[in-house]
Amino acid sequence: MINILQIVCKDHQNAPARIKLIDQFMVYLLICGIAQFAFCIVVGNYPFNAFLAGFGTVVAQFVLLANLRQQINPANAKEFKQISPTRAFSDFVFGSLVLHFLGYHFVN
Amino acid sequence: MSAETTPLQTAVLPEKRGTKHGKLLRVIKFIILSSIAAAAVSMRLYSVLRFESIIHEYDPWFNFRATKYLSEHGYQKFLNWFDNRSWYPLGRVTGGTLFPGLMVTSNIVHKLLLFLGLPVDIREVCVLFAPAFSGLTAYFTYLLTREMKDDVSGMLAALFVGMAPGYISRSVAGSYDNEAISITLLMATFYFWIKAVKIGSVLYASICALSYFYMVSAWGGYVFITNMIPLHVFVLLLMGRYHARLYTAYCTWYSLGTLASMQIPFVGTLPVKGSEHMSALGVFGLLQIVAFASFLKSKVTPKQFKLTVITSTVAIIALSAFGLVALTYAGIVLPWTGRFYSLWDTNYAKIHIPIIASVSEHQPTPWTSFFMDLSVLTWFFPVGVYLAIQELRDEHVFLIVYAVFASYFSGVMVRLVLTLTPIVAVCSAIAISALLDVYNTSGSEKETVDTNTPIAEKSDKTTKSKAKVTKVNDDAKPDQVSFFDSLGRKTVGSTLSRILAVSSFALYIIMFVKQSDYVTESAYSSPSVVLSSSSPDGQTFLIDDFREAYYWLRMNTDEDAKILSWWDYGYQIGGMADRTTLVDNNTWNNTHIGMVGRIMSVDEDRAYPLLLQHDVDYILIIFGGAINFNGDDLNKFLWMIRISGGIWPEEVKESDYYTNGYYQVGSDSSDAMRNSLLHKMSFWRFQGMDRPRRVKIDANTVPSLDIVEEAYTSANWMVRIYRVKKPDEFGRDLHKATAFDNK
Repeated sequence: MINILQIVCKDHQNAPARIKLIDQFMVYLLICGIAQFAFCIVVGNYPFNAFLAGFGTVVAQFVLLANLRQQINPANAKEFKQISPTRAFSDFVFGSLVLHFLGYHFVN
Repeated sequence: MSAETTPLQTAVLPEKRGTKHGKLLRVIKFIILSSIAAAAVSMRLYSVLRFESIIHEYDPWFNFRATKYLSEHGYQKFLNWFDNRSWYPLGRVTGGTLFPGLMVTSNIVHKLLLFLGLPVDIREVCVLFAPAFSGLTAYFTYLLTREMKDDVSGMLAALFVGMAPGYISRSVAGSYDNEAISITLLMATFYFWIKAVKIGSVLYASICALSYFYMVSAWGGYVFITNMIPLHVFVLLLMGRYHARLYTAYCTWYSLGTLASMQIPFVGTLPVKGSEHMSALGVFGLLQIVAFASFLKSKVTPKQFKLTVITSTVAIIALSAFGLVALTYAGIVLPWTGRFYSLWDTNYAKIHIPIIASVSEHQPTPWTSFFMDLSVLTWFFPVGVYLAIQELRDEHVFLIVYAVFASYFSGVMVRLVLTLTPIVAVCSAIAISALLDVYNTSGSEKETVDTNTPIAEKSDKTTKSKAKVTKVNDDAKPDQVSFFDSLGRKTVGSTLSRILAVSSFALYIIMFVKQSDYVTESAYSSPSVVLSSSSPDGQTFLIDDFREAYYWLRMNTDEDAKILSWWDYGYQIGGMADRTTLVDNNTWNNTHIGMVGRIMSVDEDRAYPLLLQHDVDYILIIFGGAINFNGDDLNKFLWMIRISGGIWPEEVKESDYYTNGYYQVGSDSSDAMRNSLLHKMSFWRFQGMDRPRRVKIDANTVPSLDIVEEAYTSANWMVRIYRVKKPDEFGRDLHKATAFDNK
């Protein structure tokens, strides 16, 4: 387990600045999600849709970031032939816009 | 045309070239596709030609009524609509229990037409809604199939899906139902999904999620997508085909799509609670683990990796399976709904939920209806699946998974032939276009290709069977070209055999079009509100009893009158007669429906207090004895007995209604049958042959009818309306009062 953490940290340190930024964002979202989940368990899930909206948005944003990270990583260029880093970023923006509209609409 | 029969890689070329040739091709493609769409639309207009521009059947009447409500009161009020004119005295939270996609779309279309200065009625929009969307379905099927193979197969698929009776049956003009729009959305969602997996684009995955959202807003069958896409991903994972694009496509789709689907009030939090949605969630979690594992794989030694993966996988699967079961028992995750169970066990509904089994579209499919609905495509379908297995790219796995599941489900329930039809169209198109690749590649192109594969060409001239072609090619060029490409390179030389093969298949396609044209015209274009029959000399009569009776109700009864009828006619009474009903086609409350069944099946003395309790003013029944109409209430009586017998077993016993083990009406029937209210009301005043059941009815069959009095009987006796008598003013019981009045 610690071994895995070490590997992840090492990968993070070797990454370029942009990917580092994404990583930090992802860690922040992870903490956010865990906090929300803990809150839901401890305090209760009364406005259930608000919890779902918050938690869902965090998860989806995390996923979108993971996608972006994979797509702009030069090591994966073979996988994403048709997606340039610019395209990846604009896709990310589009996905996030849709996501936050939905989240905003759902949270009430 | 011939230039289009090139395989996938070459088919992309013309657009890149942008030459005159490419432009011409695009124009031709456009013309072909729009004429296919036009043909698909016009074929669905038979019902308007034969009858008139009218809303069909049962559910469309509710959708129509809801659409009118929406256009009159606006969206906000529509969502909060509490309907106190149905399910009396309970009412129905209509805004929260319907899928608003259909109504909203047709309202937007209506507004748009008005904005353009076309003064059309909302009814016309609703009637022509399904045909218009079938044109779009054809286009999306083209796009989907193009992703699978090439342009030719795409166009064939568009033709097939536009013409297949299996789809026409639910989308003729006037059949204004959720399915009309959702098959289009089904195809659109799948197309964007395939596109997203292919490119790994967040954009396509987001669009896929949006079209999934649209689908959720339109039809309860969205669960099909919710399970099909995860299943595709799961199968790919099992095949060891994980790649980053899959992660991108699926996770984006799932996280956005789930959040989106929960916006629909009717769906609510079901996507995180319902068992039907758990597979999607599970695959989502699995994919996270796999993605992380493959990330680790690139960082550590294989041995370490293997150990970590195996232990963690076992632990996680065990944990999540245990968690799911525990949560289901704890009541947090809802167990599967009855309709869903009946998909696995066809007898489940018959035993536990007769209300589901009583719907004719929920019956298992008779095998003949496959041939009727798909005609010649039934034979091409397996060939297409076989070819897809040969090619087996990621998108073909999807095709196969879809084919297998849709085949199974369509065998279980008649109405699910609808979801089978598109995949049959796609697979058949692939099969036929593969055949055209072999037999119809034009000469010049063949030469250029032939120079690339001289070995294959030589052996080809003598080969006739397709299987052999494949085999030879595999020997000649191992894993260089894909299977579909190889087909294009292996053309058959002899002109005669080419002409024979191509023309015979052209004949099949023409036969298919003719057959579906015939089926559409004769079987699927009846609105079932208006019936047609022909006399021995060939004249056609229109039997318009339903509308006649509903109109009578509208004009001659109090505005707040409560009409009791079997649930089939609830929507129609609400839509056409605008009167309050006790039960309708929404069937959300089994007990209430059972109550109606109980009133119909018990004798007069027991029915009367129940009628008074429910404030019933009129009873409407359908009686087909006079004109040989099979779908009347007496033939549905068994279901009424079964449903109410399930709730009040001591009062209504199914066996009491049989005579010597047979279902029998008339003078020879059992006491319970003869005294039941429905039996009495059906045969009251009727003498002669009851033609659907072949029983002679005389005046003694129903000697008296005291608690209700006949209010109206339509021209062909099909609809009979009875007024419930008020309690007697002098406190006599109604038998005595009626006897006194008759003196």
